[in-house]
Amino acid sequence: MPWTRACAADDVDAEDVIRFDHAGQVFAIYRSPDDEFFATQGLCTHEAACLADGLVMDDIIECPKHNGRFNYKTGQAKGAPVTVPLRTFPIKVEDGAVFVDIG
Amino acid sequence: MAGIVIVGAGECGTRAAFALREAGHDGPITLIGDEPHLPYERPPLSKAALGGDTVVPKLIADEARLQESGIEHRRGVRVTGIDRTERRLSTDSGALSYDKLLLATGSTPRRLTQDGAELLHIAYLRTLADAAALQPRLRPGARIVIIGAGFIGLELAAAASGRGCRVTVIEMLPRILARLVPAEIAAVIAARHAVAGVEILTGVAIARLETGPAAARITLGDGRQLDADLLVAGIGALPATGLAVAAGLAIDNGIAVDAELRTADAHILAAGDCCSFPLALYGGRRVRLEAWRSAQELGNLAARNLLGGAEPHAAVPWFWSDQYDLGLQIAGLPDEGRETVRRNLGDGAFLIFHLANGRLVAASGIGPGTTIGRDIRLAELLVARHVHPDPAQLAAPGVKLKSLLAA
Repeated sequence: MPWTRACAADDVDAEDVIRFDHAGQVFAIYRSPDDEFFATQGLCTHEAACLADGLVMDDIIECPKHNGRFNYKTGQAKGAPVTVPLRTFPIKVEDGAVFVDIG
Repeated sequence: MAGIVIVGAGECGTRAAFALREAGHDGPITLIGDEPHLPYERPPLSKAALGGDTVVPKLIADEARLQESGIEHRRGVRVTGIDRTERRLSTDSGALSYDKLLLATGSTPRRLTQDGAELLHIAYLRTLADAAALQPRLRPGARIVIIGAGFIGLELAAAASGRGCRVTVIEMLPRILARLVPAEIAAVIAARHAVAGVEILTGVAIARLETGPAAARITLGDGRQLDADLLVAGIGALPATGLAVAAGLAIDNGIAVDAELRTADAHILAAGDCCSFPLALYGGRRVRLEAWRSAQELGNLAARNLLGGAEPHAAVPWFWSDQYDLGLQIAGLPDEGRETVRRNLGDGAFLIFHLANGRLVAASGIGPGTTIGRDIRLAELLVARHVHPDPAQLAAPGVKLKSLLAA
């Protein structure tokens, strides 16, 4: 699968997240406090809330609906109410643009 | 070894059972529930669960997870008494000893006591069985009258109107959601219900309930009459304290526990919406929280304190409701506030900050979907830190709340 352009690097603040929609799928694009980029599925594994409305603190994305917490770098679910991890996707930055391998 | 016994397999009791294992407890854990089901989430029962063809429970844990964690879940078992001297429970299926006991007995819907109520079939909504009984009656064109414009009543109204029912909500108080939600937000919700064709009558008393041409006839204080194919009451919940009362434990709007969730009996703790406890965040004000996240937090805390911890409850209360496409969230208790500051976001979403003597004590927000989720979460962190923010910054959408956290 080719790399898909998701956004400009500047579209995402440090320690923040934005939503990226592509071909009927929702992704979440994160920029860590130390300026690394990550991508996960965009909807929570608990009740499908949009994770880009959630809060990023360090390595954690917290779902805006019921505060389920995930490590957005690994997808790991950090405890109740979430038990199923997030799917993660390879990501790269080239010439100021963020690309996701949507596999 | 008798181990730890938890009475109540709802959100709180179930969370406590898992939290005991997560904290390293390796002794026996028995989780007793009087419902015949695996532990399930209650919040969807007044929302999404009513929208489908059948009510499908959203499980908190399935059989395999309970087994993996070594939690013995006894379903459909009613605990009938606590012998505190012998540390033994009596149940409708035999006796059971405990080393430590957690009461997470929850609450039960307040019943309508109006004259005539005893003659009618009045529906209530708390359990999976309640929802399963209600769902097939939400037929297109059915006339549904809901007494009480709290969260349950209004969520049910939204779900019923979505199924094509003709819905009327009756509220005695002058406005909807009067107990917890600021008037500006309640007005948005009321307007959304009006768009959906739900009729909300506020400031009305019920004069009489009787059978009529339909299942129920409701006569209001001003003489108006409503005929209902289905009458539902959502007028609050009462803590399930029967066992605790019989066991001689102190009661104060629920089983009275200290900030560490302990009763006066060193072997018994209580958690969830069956108990009240002092909340240091608000100067030790005694609160009883009927909320999903509180149930989890209190379950987690009870588990740690059952295992020798001595942590007081410190979490900021948090509530939410979904109605139609609107999401409402509240962090903290708005009634602690004296002044409010409003911040407008996009798409009609807005936040209300509640302040008392300059301190941020709560925040409420409403908007489409989860648009206000992040800001309410940040506000919650600010409330927990006892901050005194500049009201001008709170009001300005351009000022990120996250930046106030760093201050």
